[in-house]
Amino acid sequence: MDRLKLVLQYFQSNSESISNGICVLLALISVKLYTSFDFNCPCIPQYNKVYALGVMFVPPVILFFLGVMINRHTGVMMEEWLRPVGKRSKNPAVVKYLFSAMLQRALLAPMVWVLVTLLDGKCFVCAFSMSVDPRHFTGLPNNTGLDLVRIMAKVPCKEDAVFQNSTFRKAVSRYVRCYSQAIGWSILLLLILLGALARVLKPCFDHATFLQTRYWSNYLDIEQKLFDETCVLHARDFARKCVEQFFEGMQEDVHLRLPLAPARTRAPRTEADEETEDRLHGITRQEQVNRLLHTWYECRPELDVSRVAPQPRVCVTWEDRDGRVLFSDV
Amino acid sequence: MDKFRMMFQFLQSNQESFMNGICGIMALASAQMYSSFEFTCPCLPEYNFAYGIGILLVPPIWFFMLGFVLNNNVSMLAEEWRRPIGKRRKDPTILRYMFCSITQRSMIAPAVWISVTLMDGKSFLCAFSINLDVQQFGNGSNHGLSEVALQRLLAKIPCKHIFDGEAVISREAASRYIRCISQAVGWIFLLLMTLLAFMVRAIRPCFTQAAFLKTKYWSHYIDIERKMFDETCTEHAKTFAKVCIQQYFESVSGEMHRFHGQHDDKDSDDEDDKRKSDEDKLLGIRAQDDMNKVLWNWHTCKPSLNLKKAEAQNGDATGHVEICMSGYTQQTQSPAKKPWVAYYSKV
Repeated sequence: MDRLKLVLQYFQSNSESISNGICVLLALISVKLYTSFDFNCPCIPQYNKVYALGVMFVPPVILFFLGVMINRHTGVMMEEWLRPVGKRSKNPAVVKYLFSAMLQRALLAPMVWVLVTLLDGKCFVCAFSMSVDPRHFTGLPNNTGLDLVRIMAKVPCKEDAVFQNSTFRKAVSRYVRCYSQAIGWSILLLLILLGALARVLKPCFDHATFLQTRYWSNYLDIEQKLFDETCVLHARDFARKCVEQFFEGMQEDVHLRLPLAPARTRAPRTEADEETEDRLHGITRQEQVNRLLHTWYECRPELDVSRVAPQPRVCVTWEDRDGRVLFSDV
Repeated sequence: MDKFRMMFQFLQSNQESFMNGICGIMALASAQMYSSFEFTCPCLPEYNFAYGIGILLVPPIWFFMLGFVLNNNVSMLAEEWRRPIGKRRKDPTILRYMFCSITQRSMIAPAVWISVTLMDGKSFLCAFSINLDVQQFGNGSNHGLSEVALQRLLAKIPCKHIFDGEAVISREAASRYIRCISQAVGWIFLLLMTLLAFMVRAIRPCFTQAAFLKTKYWSHYIDIERKMFDETCTEHAKTFAKVCIQQYFESVSGEMHRFHGQHDDKDSDDEDDKRKSDEDKLLGIRAQDDMNKVLWNWHTCKPSLNLKKAEAQNGDATGHVEICMSGYTQQTQSPAKKPWVAYYSKV
């Protein structure tokens, strides 16, 4: 359990690690799914190809969409792409960066499925056994009364009675399987060559701009997370204040009306109160919250935190007992 | 549990040991992949050789490239190679050192695959069964088969279930023979690789040890510097986002909820500390353009390896700071002190 926590902590250390971890997890799930999937070639001429190619391509599409949905960056990217300009200019390079990162991660699990399928070979044998020329192989059973296509379509099925004691089926199987593995390895090689080239050549082009794009993409991700956290904290404090004030409101008629200075009737401000007020950031009404959330999307604030909000000056006015002004800052 | 944690921390402690860890994992993965890979020799004269040698050589190339792809030092190397000179000289020996170390690590998984394949023997059997001499393994002296038919028969030797020429040639004997050659080649290969590694390790210190120490130091330095820069950028982004969101909330509410003098001292100290640490973390970079400048100059005009001494607090640091690069030329003066609060006494 501790070990798991440690591994989780390592992966949570930054958002990219989480995405990579999920990506690898999805790839492992796809391998496990394939090994536990019971492949049943129909061994009928009309359906073989459809079944096999279906098994080879439909799960990858599902895995791809799953990968896109699970990725955090999808939401960040869509929001950044669709938001109105507001006070913050939009940078298309950031959107492109997020899109390509998301695409790369989402494509891993489907590729793993396709490659495992090819290296295993069952799908290929099922789909293409009918396209093999049987003259290259000896031992074609010719006393079954079935035509050639039907016999070839039965090659993927080991248990079929047509092929008892015949080496023909195994030879054709091996041949097609061998093709399937060769194609699988070629695709693997191509992909890894592309990956290696991309890795080596990327810093050669526009690296300084890339550093900027990467920083701002990371920033957007962090900002969205922080904003969500701040809103949750705000909601909690808002709720607490609201409930407190409701309870206090119920006690209104118990307030004593004495000619005391106004400062004394107010409940002493505790530290907790002040902390809560800080976290509320001055947003204390429903319309304010609505306006805040609406403006966050419609008019994103600019990326400049150097302004200091004007502090209101404390003005003091001294009055004597009769209300005459002795001194005033106003 | 503690051991696990220590190991984890050790592996993460620096890039090199992390890469060693990845290297080890890839070697294990390569052995595991071989054992789970179903070797299917086609048993046809035209394809046997291609398949057998392909399985021997293509996956090692793949593992080698994978080593490059997974190694973070590759992009570091490319970056160091392609960056403009800026204020920091480039040292070609560092580039060579990094390249050698990356290559050495990437060669381990391919070597494991090749050794395992040769020791197992199936790929050799598949590739070279057609070149067997029938006289040595034949069961009868006269088989009466044509060349083509003989080739076909020999090609079927790797496939137990398809082979039907027991009368002509003993499959078991032929398999054993080829497998034995394969294992011998495998052991020789292992011996050669080990000798090579030994020579590189043992003999290198005899040449240019002093220069080597310098190279190793600076290449570690570049690695650590890059990591620290990324960490600093992430911390800065977090603080920037926090302050930005805070100011946004305050701007929407239209009120400043903090006044002078209405807190007791303890609170204001904490707040000051928090504000101060936020200020520190922002490192003076508070606007989008400034941050873009920082990132641009990091690549195009890397700072020199020359740490300045800390200046006196109230000293007259009126020097000009130049930031050199195309598109971002600017000269900033150290800010003149402006009075922002004045206390008057009415006494």
